[in-house]
Amino acid sequence: MDAVTRLHRQLVDYSNSLFQEGILDNQFGHLQQLQDESNPDFVAEVVNLYFKDSERLLNEITVALDQQNVDFTKVGGHVHQLKGSSSSIGAQRVNNVCTAFRSFCEEKNIEGCQQYLQHLKQEYYLVKNKLQTLFQLQQQLLSAGGSIPAYEMR
Amino acid sequence: MDACGVASSSSSSSSSNPKPPHVLAVDDSIVDRKIVENLLKNSACKVTTAENGMRALEFLGLVDEQEQQNNLNSNGTKVNLVITDYCMPGMTGYELLKKIKESSVMKEVPVVVVSSENIPTRINECLEEGAQMFMLKPLKPSDVKKLTGHLIN
Repeated sequence: MDAVTRLHRQLVDYSNSLFQEGILDNQFGHLQQLQDESNPDFVAEVVNLYFKDSERLLNEITVALDQQNVDFTKVGGHVHQLKGSSSSIGAQRVNNVCTAFRSFCEEKNIEGCQQYLQHLKQEYYLVKNKLQTLFQLQQQLLSAGGSIPAYEMR
Repeated sequence: MDACGVASSSSSSSSSNPKPPHVLAVDDSIVDRKIVENLLKNSACKVTTAENGMRALEFLGLVDEQEQQNNLNSNGTKVNLVITDYCMPGMTGYELLKKIKESSVMKEVPVVVVSSENIPTRINECLEEGAQMFMLKPLKPSDVKKLTGHLIN
């Protein structure tokens, strides 16, 4: 098997696993479909914006929960924003954790919020790690002379 | 890829293409602005993005009464469609919609409100205020094609 075929298969298998595990959903596929020759780095650009924005929000949430008098509306607002952008890029599991986290904010449940912040960080760093690996595999395939397979809607 | 539904003049003398529709997209999320910008460009639209209602009004030239009257800022007349997020800090998408519909220059321009939350009272409120459509986020390519195909003449 030549390098391109091997790398191609590796990429397809890895990509499929992310969808099967529910880490990414169809929305990510829609973004991949928007990428073309006139816009070759679109997905990476959006995802990098997502990383930066999410880390800022996670930081804000952490600081807000650390206060003497927690402003649960403020925390809820940040979680809402993170939920929105996660949904926009197809980070399904992060999106789901945000939904549950929001309930704890509404209930002003500090323990629930602290617990879910940890949960949220776990899921976020997981999807970040997976996406970075995905991009690496894509780069390897491109460097070997292959092309990124078109995404098939599920 | 289909171009937006822009009628081309049969009597145009030069080989110039019909002007692509100009869409103003308003959203406080940097991720969503990037995505909607590309969704629209993919549908052959010219896009301007704004991060909040105030910036949107500034771009449209709707901030200043005098400016409006003198038509000093012609950006408003160039925009064919406004897409705005509902939940934004400061001025909500609903409030922005109201201001646009109250202006003499912009009131005929279709405004579409998008939201991640499916709240019937919110939807009705926007439609009653004159929103052309209310759509749920995240927007898909087919949503944008629907928007640009039907709304822009």
